[in-house]
Amino acid sequence: MQSATLILLLGFMATAAFFIGRGRSLALVGGPGHGLALHSLPGYYGYYVAIWVVLPALALLSAWVLLEPKLIVALVVNGLPEAYRNLPAGELNLLVNNIQNLAAGDVISVAADDMLQDAATLFNAYAAKSRQILAVLALGVAGLGGVHAWRLINPDLRARNRVEGVIRWFLIAASSIAIFTTIGIVLSVLFEAIRFFQKVPVTEFLFGLNWSPQTAIRADQVGSSGSFGAVPLFTGTMLITAIAMVVAVPVGLMTAIYLAEYSSARVRGVAKPLLEILAGIPTVVYGFFAALTVAPWVRQAGESAGIDVASESALAAGLVMGIMIIPLVSSLSDDAINAVPTAMRDGALGLGSTRSETMTKVILPAALPGIVGGILLAVSRAIGETMIVVMAAGLAANLTANPFEAVTTVTVQIVTLLVGDQEFDSAKTLAAFALGLMLFVVTLFLNVIGLSVVRKYREQYD
Amino acid sequence: MTKASTENPTPPPPDVQESEAVSTRGAAALAEMPERISELGRETVGNIRSDNPFMVAEDVNVYYGDNHAIQHVSLEIGKKEVIALIGPSGCGKSTFLRCLNRMNDTIETARVTGNITLDGKDIYRKEQDPVALRARVGMVFQKPNPFPKSIYDNVAYGPRIHGLAGDRAELDNIVHTSLERAGLLKEVKDRMDEPGTSLSGGQQQRLCIARTIAVDPEVILMDEPCSALDPIATARIEDLMDELCEDYAIVIVTHSMQQAARVSKRVAYFHLGLLVEVDKTDTIFTNPQHKLTEDYITGRIG
Repeated sequence: MQSATLILLLGFMATAAFFIGRGRSLALVGGPGHGLALHSLPGYYGYYVAIWVVLPALALLSAWVLLEPKLIVALVVNGLPEAYRNLPAGELNLLVNNIQNLAAGDVISVAADDMLQDAATLFNAYAAKSRQILAVLALGVAGLGGVHAWRLINPDLRARNRVEGVIRWFLIAASSIAIFTTIGIVLSVLFEAIRFFQKVPVTEFLFGLNWSPQTAIRADQVGSSGSFGAVPLFTGTMLITAIAMVVAVPVGLMTAIYLAEYSSARVRGVAKPLLEILAGIPTVVYGFFAALTVAPWVRQAGESAGIDVASESALAAGLVMGIMIIPLVSSLSDDAINAVPTAMRDGALGLGSTRSETMTKVILPAALPGIVGGILLAVSRAIGETMIVVMAAGLAANLTANPFEAVTTVTVQIVTLLVGDQEFDSAKTLAAFALGLMLFVVTLFLNVIGLSVVRKYREQYD
Repeated sequence: MTKASTENPTPPPPDVQESEAVSTRGAAALAEMPERISELGRETVGNIRSDNPFMVAEDVNVYYGDNHAIQHVSLEIGKKEVIALIGPSGCGKSTFLRCLNRMNDTIETARVTGNITLDGKDIYRKEQDPVALRARVGMVFQKPNPFPKSIYDNVAYGPRIHGLAGDRAELDNIVHTSLERAGLLKEVKDRMDEPGTSLSGGQQQRLCIARTIAVDPEVILMDEPCSALDPIATARIEDLMDELCEDYAIVIVTHSMQQAARVSKRVAYFHLGLLVEVDKTDTIFTNPQHKLTEDYITGRIG
């Protein structure tokens, strides 16, 4: 029986169980008019039975799906001739792979001899048998669960509490998915980074001034052994981020002040959605805007001013990244300004403050923590931004603070290290994970500070 | 243009928002209203005159969009007197109060007609800067709203923006005197650098009063200044009003008739945007002329 059919059947059983449980609870107290004698609403008894039908069966199903392949492989291997069974693990693996492919009807790498054919047939037989057993077991468990729950139903059963308890566990499971995914990502990056640091010392990575990750692939090849000093990447990232913030903070903040305090309802109604559209433009679009429009423009402007500007200058990438971040800064600042109670505004106006005095002396100081928090979040966004810098900032790992030169960033290097063919245990590839770890640590740090600043000072008004 | 107006194109006046809060008993009384208002016409019963008039409102109308919130209100506010504005929610008393320092200007849709003079000069005349007016007509709000600054800076805020103090010593002096007069100095003199929000509700409200006094206004408007406070804090503020009325004209909006009776010299009763009756406090509470006033003070409305 197919899994889909099985699950569909379980669904039908659950639906039936719901109505049976509901009817049973009402029947126990003497019909629909007597629902008050029940501890919970009749529907909860229905859900209670349905849960007993579905959950154990699903648990069995998932356990089976996890264990089945291993079991079948073990059985098939057992059925192989002695000579094959004693092969080394790697070769045995390959053999099993071939058997599985053959069983699925795919082309395999070696000639299909009788032994393999037999094994494949055996494999398919086991698989079919397993499906049958599973179907019988799952439906049986579902039925048993349903009967068990049905027998438990009595007017004093706290069905609502039980059902809500199950729901609560579902909610907990759902909310932990994001957390465990984060932990998983951190661990995977961390272990790869540790492998990198076994090849390249941490001190060289953190303090080295030279970034040139090209390593020789073969021992006899002419080529450098690579050098992994990440300082130029950090400075490049910081330079571009700084340029972006120089653009985004004043513009975003002034936008927020204007929209929150000065604009008429009509202007606000048009400008806010427009800003949100700006926030919704894919960064790759910003990227070619930066590379094709802004970078040449910056270069031309520089030339006419007599400054030598690289065609992939930090300035162009930073400017465009700043524009990209404006909506983030303005919307977070706008929120912070709006969170200042109207009473504060009235109080200042009532003392004879002008509008700008109210703004600069009362509202901005009151909103400052929220604004600072928002800016920190924007910085961490800028540091992690990838597409714009990949397209506009270039690959040259220059150690410079000159915005007219080309620099490269951590994210750009991660992309170039991992794009294309490479072996996954060379220092060059592993360096990407070390960079990723650094990026993660820095942005996490900024986010934690940003959010805690916002939270700490928000408590003042409620 | 301001916060309030951008979010809400036609914001109702503060009182109108609460109009549904009128109790059912009051609602029954209100149902008889239209008839009575036509009986009443636009005449205000009692005496709108003050012995020593300082602010004079004549035929004031306020519109919020199409809503005629205040209709033909004339009232004199005297020097060195406390006048209480009472009436059921939505009657326009807060709206009238906010006309007196042009706080209604901050509401985009609000329109004020009629005449209000301060010391003989029209406060709605073209040359009048509302900012300067608000320095002369201070306001204390319903909820204590100290700025997120230190206690000292809260009080020093007004003198600073208006340039009232020549040097630091003078500013210190203003701050101390204002806190002293608001009866708060003793409690805060050792903690002037702590944030104003660290004080209790009653202390915060006295801080707001000190902040208002520090600008040296001539009139103080109080919009239900005690409604967020407990009885003890309320008593302190009421004592304070007794002292302050030696120097200032005080207009207080209150929902508590006991408070009006305790602190005010004159009482003005508003009803549905009309000024129904004005008289000496004793007269209003012992011998009201108008049936509506009597209904209100005896608890049949509101």
